[in-house]
Amino acid sequence: MPAILEVRNLVKHYPKVRAVDGVSFAVEEGVCFGLLGPNGAGKTTTVEIMEGLTPPTSGEVLYRGRPPDRAFKQEVGIQFQSTALQDFLTTRECLELFAQFYRRSLPIDEVVQMCSLQDFIGQDNRKLSGGQRQRLFLALALINDPLLLFLDEPTTGMDPQARQNFWQLIQSIKARGKTILLTTHYMEEAYVLCDEVAIMDKGRIIAQGTPEALLMAHFEGVWLELPRESFAPAEGFPWKTRVTGEIIGIHTANMNETLHYLMERNVVLTDLRVKSPTLEDLFLELTGHELRS
Amino acid sequence: MRAFYALFVARNKEFLRDRATLAWNFLFPILAVFALALIFSGDERDVYKVALVGVAPDGTAGDHAPPPVQAFLKTRYVKFVPVEDLAEAQEKVRHHQFDMVLDVTPATRYWVNPENPRGYFLERVLWGGGNTNGFAREELDGRRIRYVDWLLPGILGINMTFGCLWGVGYVIVRYRTAHVLRRLMASPVTAFQFIAAQIASRMMLVAFVTTVLFVGMDLVLDFIQLGSLIELAFMFALGAVCHIALGILIASRTQSQELAGGLLNLATWPMMFLSGVWFSLEGSADWLVALAQIFPLTHLVNATRQIMLDGATLATVWPEAAIMAGMTAVFLAAGSALFRW
Repeated sequence: MPAILEVRNLVKHYPKVRAVDGVSFAVEEGVCFGLLGPNGAGKTTTVEIMEGLTPPTSGEVLYRGRPPDRAFKQEVGIQFQSTALQDFLTTRECLELFAQFYRRSLPIDEVVQMCSLQDFIGQDNRKLSGGQRQRLFLALALINDPLLLFLDEPTTGMDPQARQNFWQLIQSIKARGKTILLTTHYMEEAYVLCDEVAIMDKGRIIAQGTPEALLMAHFEGVWLELPRESFAPAEGFPWKTRVTGEIIGIHTANMNETLHYLMERNVVLTDLRVKSPTLEDLFLELTGHELRS
Repeated sequence: MRAFYALFVARNKEFLRDRATLAWNFLFPILAVFALALIFSGDERDVYKVALVGVAPDGTAGDHAPPPVQAFLKTRYVKFVPVEDLAEAQEKVRHHQFDMVLDVTPATRYWVNPENPRGYFLERVLWGGGNTNGFAREELDGRRIRYVDWLLPGILGINMTFGCLWGVGYVIVRYRTAHVLRRLMASPVTAFQFIAAQIASRMMLVAFVTTVLFVGMDLVLDFIQLGSLIELAFMFALGAVCHIALGILIASRTQSQELAGGLLNLATWPMMFLSGVWFSLEGSADWLVALAQIFPLTHLVNATRQIMLDGATLATVWPEAAIMAGMTAVFLAAGSALFRW
């Protein structure tokens, strides 16, 4: 697959911060590419440079093999992490307004249907709930039937149910063959939606690949989790452990052997949970610090 | 063009649906006109004003004035104002701004407006009895200019100033801080299309508000409008563009609404008091008159007042128009060059 978007050695310096520090990657056509990392990792700055909203200190962005030209804005859709619209306009009026900005646009009713805006189509955009607003912003990003869709932290601030609904929406857009560049600090979101991810920390990419490949490359086995009160590893405990709040985790590639070891020592296993490694575990493994710190 | 029109319509909807702001745009000038007309309508009846022509260099009537004039000049509660331009003084008699013009040379002529009762009383005092006392009487026709007539062009002007500066300048900064501009920047909309739509929208809204106020207040106050309505509309339109351009310049890079509020207040408050909206600057300190010239509102008020009260044409007020056009060009050029989404 050819790359629809590519960044080469992107650098962005601010007076006291090196926000992006030599980032390179390519996004293939038709995939959902996730740019992951904690707040302040440099994801949004990287995306803003790709969107043409912020100039890089150095490095280059290529869209379809060439620097973005005037056609770029006609062919991409952008959903910002934080934005607003003109006051007093209804949901439909916002869609009609943005449809006029593009040479080609989808029928309003099709976008309304796609993003499930029917229930609040006549409502003042200032009075929408967080989830409704994000759906409207997604609809505005889709109004020109873009080839490439930028989604910057699209589910931040949503409740779990609204987030699940939004994920379904993104998956339906993916099914239409759109290329999506998603930034998020929710690793579960990336795991569910992304075909490929790049994990950023302190302005750099520290790992890149498909979620499964990254997990397989860095983890073998599963985590066994127990309440701390039921088990305290003695010196010479043969497996790697970690403590998260009141939970102690034991990493093992051979669950039978570990369980046998624990039972031999009369550890209460009533509250035992088995957990496969996640991208969050991977981030912890790679950086040594918590994701949402 | 589609993007421009869509932004133009969106801004109009935003303004017209903001009922509180819309109501204030109509209420402020109406309240100001009626309040000030009420406050100042009493004062001007207390003093009779007589313009004196042919006075000595020291401003007095001099020894050559005939005895009846010398006696008349001792009358209390009459303000005698030496003037040099007889035609200008006569014009003011027509509009009741002077109650009489008196030639103090031995020619002993005077001019009054027969429609002005104060002129009638003054000439009775001048005669000193039942005959004309040797004075040559001439009549001048004209309608009285009330304070409200003089005030109205200024009120319409200041309302326009506030509407344009805040309605464009503050709104752009609000769009910027709320990231509305950022959303537009990510679309194919250009800065030119956006600014042009803001100008067009505000022009239309100002035209609408000013027309409604003009017609409505004329029905209630029957104010003086001697000049061409088309030329008056042209001057108001030029004034509106000039103030919109100033609003764009102020908003071009301002990043916070607090700062925008401060800068807009800095622009509007001096204009409010120093542009001759409420009181004439004639007779003020030279530096104050000179300072007033830097405000576009001063030129707008001067021009519209001359058109409405004196029947002036563009041929007369072209210097004011040229200054506003020049200011508009400078503000727009600087605002466009500095503008950031």
